[in-house]
Amino acid sequence: MFTQRTLGQVRKGGNEWERELERSVEQKPERMERFSTVSDVEVKRIYTPEDVKDTDFARDIGYPGIFPFTRGCQPSMYRGREWTFRMFSGMGSAADTNKRWHLLLGQGETGLSTAFDFPTLMGYDSDCPRARGECGKCGVAIDTLTDFEILTDSIPLDGVTTSMTINPPAPVLWAMYLAVAEKNGIGWDKIGGTIQNDMLKEFIAQKTLMLPPKPSIRLISDTVEFGTKYVPRWNTISISGYHIREAGSSAVQELAFTLADGIAYVQDVLERKKLDVDSFAPRLSFFFNSHLDFFEEIAKFRAARRMWAKIMRYRFKAEDPRSWWMRFHTQTAGCSLVAQQPYNNVIRTTAEALAAVMGGTQSLHTNSLDETLALPSEFAVTIALRTQQIIADEIGVANTIDPMAGSYFVESLTNEIEERAWEYINRIDDMGGMLAAIEMGFPQREIADAAYHYQQQIEGGEKVVIGVNKYSTGEQVYPPLLQISEGLEEEQIARTMEVKRTRDNRKAIQSLNALRAACKTDKNMMPYVLEAVKAYATEQEICDVWRDVFGEYRESSVHL
Amino acid sequence: MGLAKRVLQGDVRATARLLREVEEELPGAIDELKVLYPHTGKAHVVGITGAPGSGKSTLIDVLIDAYRKENKTVGVIAIDPSSPFSGGAILGDRIRMQRHATDEGVFIRSLATRGWHGGLSKAAANVIHIMDAMGRDVILVETVGVGQAEVDIMNFAHTSLVALVPGTGDWVQTLKAGILEIADIFVINKADKQGVNEVEVELQAMLQMGAPSAAAWKPRILLTEAINNKGIDDLMEVIRQHRESLIASGRYEAYLRERSRLELVEVLKSSLMDRVSRMATEDDYVEKLIDDLASRRVDPYSAASDVLKRIVQEGKF
Amino acid sequence: MTSGRKLRILVAKPGLDGHDRGAKILARAYRDAGFEVIYSGLHQTPEQIVHVALQEDVDLIGLSCLSGAHMYLFPRVIELLKENKAEDITVIGGGIIPVDDIPKLKKAGIKEVFLPGGSLKDMVDWAKANVEPCRYGERKE
Ligand SMILES: Nc1nc2c(ncn2[C@@H]2O[C@H](COP(=O)(O)OP(=O)(O)OP(=O)(O)O)[C@@H](O)[C@H]2O)c(=O)[nH]1
Ligand SMILES: [Mg+2]
Repeated sequence: MFTQRTLGQVRKGGNEWERELERSVEQKPERMERFSTVSDVEVKRIYTPEDVKDTDFARDIGYPGIFPFTRGCQPSMYRGREWTFRMFSGMGSAADTNKRWHLLLGQGETGLSTAFDFPTLMGYDSDCPRARGECGKCGVAIDTLTDFEILTDSIPLDGVTTSMTINPPAPVLWAMYLAVAEKNGIGWDKIGGTIQNDMLKEFIAQKTLMLPPKPSIRLISDTVEFGTKYVPRWNTISISGYHIREAGSSAVQELAFTLADGIAYVQDVLERKKLDVDSFAPRLSFFFNSHLDFFEEIAKFRAARRMWAKIMRYRFKAEDPRSWWMRFHTQTAGCSLVAQQPYNNVIRTTAEALAAVMGGTQSLHTNSLDETLALPSEFAVTIALRTQQIIADEIGVANTIDPMAGSYFVESLTNEIEERAWEYINRIDDMGGMLAAIEMGFPQREIADAAYHYQQQIEGGEKVVIGVNKYSTGEQVYPPLLQISEGLEEEQIARTMEVKRTRDNRKAIQSLNALRAACKTDKNMMPYVLEAVKAYATEQEICDVWRDVFGEYRESSVHL
Repeated sequence: MGLAKRVLQGDVRATARLLREVEEELPGAIDELKVLYPHTGKAHVVGITGAPGSGKSTLIDVLIDAYRKENKTVGVIAIDPSSPFSGGAILGDRIRMQRHATDEGVFIRSLATRGWHGGLSKAAANVIHIMDAMGRDVILVETVGVGQAEVDIMNFAHTSLVALVPGTGDWVQTLKAGILEIADIFVINKADKQGVNEVEVELQAMLQMGAPSAAAWKPRILLTEAINNKGIDDLMEVIRQHRESLIASGRYEAYLRERSRLELVEVLKSSLMDRVSRMATEDDYVEKLIDDLASRRVDPYSAASDVLKRIVQEGKF
Repeated sequence: MTSGRKLRILVAKPGLDGHDRGAKILARAYRDAGFEVIYSGLHQTPEQIVHVALQEDVDLIGLSCLSGAHMYLFPRVIELLKENKAEDITVIGGGIIPVDDIPKLKKAGIKEVFLPGGSLKDMVDWAKANVEPCRYGERKE
């Protein structure tokens, strides 16, 4: 990027600076012996053209909307349209969540995002013994289509896009959404949204487990195929690094493992469904974490786009530029928030949100200050939403595209993160791909080690957490918290019983039997799931068919 | 009521507590053991060893299932190494067996190797005794690796299983470490993976070279897929055959005698060492002896005889 | 040779959430402090947890729950310990727990509650200060 003459000047100036530095450090030593990012990538004192001398503008940086997309996936980025303000929300009953959705839309939220409770996430109904005490606690409880109808009451399904964070039972919840749209006379080509539907990261990190890896992947490919054919604006998978990071990975691991997961999904759809890569690749979406280290995160986002573009273009030979681009949602890091002096969490989230925006995210969730203590209260969630709005409208960072480009540090860090992530991806390829690597426990072990390392750095004071290992006051100030009514579980169980009592039972059972039969063929299962949902079969009844046919998966490699 | 009595009644809490006391060699534990000893010798003890990650715990999980279907009660001893740095340990074997956690007919105990060297096998023997006295029909013992300590523990098992996996090459090393002699059954687990045949063929060749042809029991090779619950019926059958062959050939008696001899030697060794080191701290008798040795007033053999005499006079350890 | 007494701790994850970063880090920290840690894996029912605690003769149970179901799950563990006459086993908890719930949990018998961001050292020190290897006859059974 620089002429020999410039580089010569850089070196000359560097020598002079080093002499100055030596004198100054002698008088006053630096604060720490070693400076590093949150992920412990060492950071140098200063970056100069020398650090990016091999970077090629056209090849590595370029322009937004054009390969390799380092600077963003649309040509006009936020000057055309802001990112989507998408607040993850869900709690209590379907009616409670519906109310929260209307509140958020009223305050300028532009996309919906659904948090389900754990029984729903794991494919259990609210009356299952394993669900005791969990109903509505960390998301909304959905057992049947009836709940879903309440959830989406008066929400214009053709006017907003909806993201659903759901994994093993994703086909069921998606089918409910499709069924509700159908009932309201809205064509499937008019609705848009995302189901997370990413099981590989569940095996690696979040451990919402239901079926063994192979049938899990089949279900995912079924949804991808169905979406490609009938629901063209739907993102049928959101390949997620978020949870990998929350499980304690480094930024590089988050990036590498997410891309490796993506590779595995594309490969499976190509092999199993024989679809043309360009027919489905444009609808693959991603989901990243934005952690505390400002520059590291920006570099990670930029590297992510560049790497995925190369993977799709060179590895999978996609030809449509829209197959090369990586669109992603970002959530600020829940694991970076602490219970001590909780109001400080607003500041952490602000910095993280800013990094996500500078990194070119397509949509953003900002965590609420009270999330280490409970589900967000209205008060807290409003501040979180306003944080995004202030970033978008007041501070000027959305005026120009990829303002960090050309920073010696950021470009160099982007390169370094990319390089390290390739190393991981190559190792995973050598192991026979992500499925094999997961079976060997490779990513799990790497993450567990990184998590422990980070925690020890905090314990040792090498990494600072304000209010925890520095400026801690011992005094406790707590914001008012959201309470989930204790009577909810009973009400929910009663509603589900009522649905079961009043539905056409023969039809429900027939639909489940048809699904069971389909499992044993290589037919796409989505149409059968749709029928079952419409016959008011419960989520668990459907998932039980799968568990029965494919076996229930128990966590197999535990790395401590 | 004493702990031992409650153990004999099958009391879980008392058994767990006594295991701890024995493991930590607390005073009084030995007396409880003495009460239990006459009630032992009934359980069938199956040892499982093999390289880390070869699927030992998963095998135990499916074996528990199979034994429970036969209405047999099961005890499991899962041994994991202690950290050499802190002396602490993370014991995670039972994660794979958790579906049996609430089954009253299954008692699972995790054991850390701690600082024991030779002592590990003594502790393991005692744990086996207690579970035996508690009335477990079958006791499954998992040890990791194939060092001398593991071989020693396997000596307390009636039937010894060695778990191997295809495609890693580990198994060759396993065999070199002298495991060939003690294994009654080789289990090639993860048979769903590539390279099963190679392992089987090579293992077969190795066994033909090594084993005396007149032996009553020729080590068997079995294929399993523990996670898919495949091959377990056959494994159960061969374990049963091995037990029967032990009894039918009269080797069971010989085996029990051998085991008792081993245990006696172990107890003698560790108790003597223990007593001697206590003497060294309790009075300065040993210190004086050492002074005498150093100044060549006495030779080590006479000094040792002196020590022994003194212990004998006291009449107990 | 006496190998000395060691604290035995069960680190358990009741409920359906799969966030085990905290539980695993804690297990390692306890190991590095010289304790013996039994980790029983994810998605455990209170019944499973109590059975493990009894069989393994632990001195301390550390419960980690991030799903919000702690108000049912934690007291249920205490209840089952009582039913099995094992209330001498100390139980602590951690996770995403509203502060208002802490006094209620303590009243139910949870000895201490740790919130996100807390230091490992505090948790290790707490165990050292408040728990001892228990011994037959030394405490009420
Ligand atoms: N593919 C395959 N994997 C298996 C099989 N049996 C066990 N595993 C997996 O192998 C891994 C290790 O299994 P464990 O049962 O923990 O092995 P172990 O020998 O007890 O391991 P350590 O106690 O750590 O030495 C787990 O991920 C199991 O799921 C099998 O038959 N096939
Ligand atoms: Mg094991």
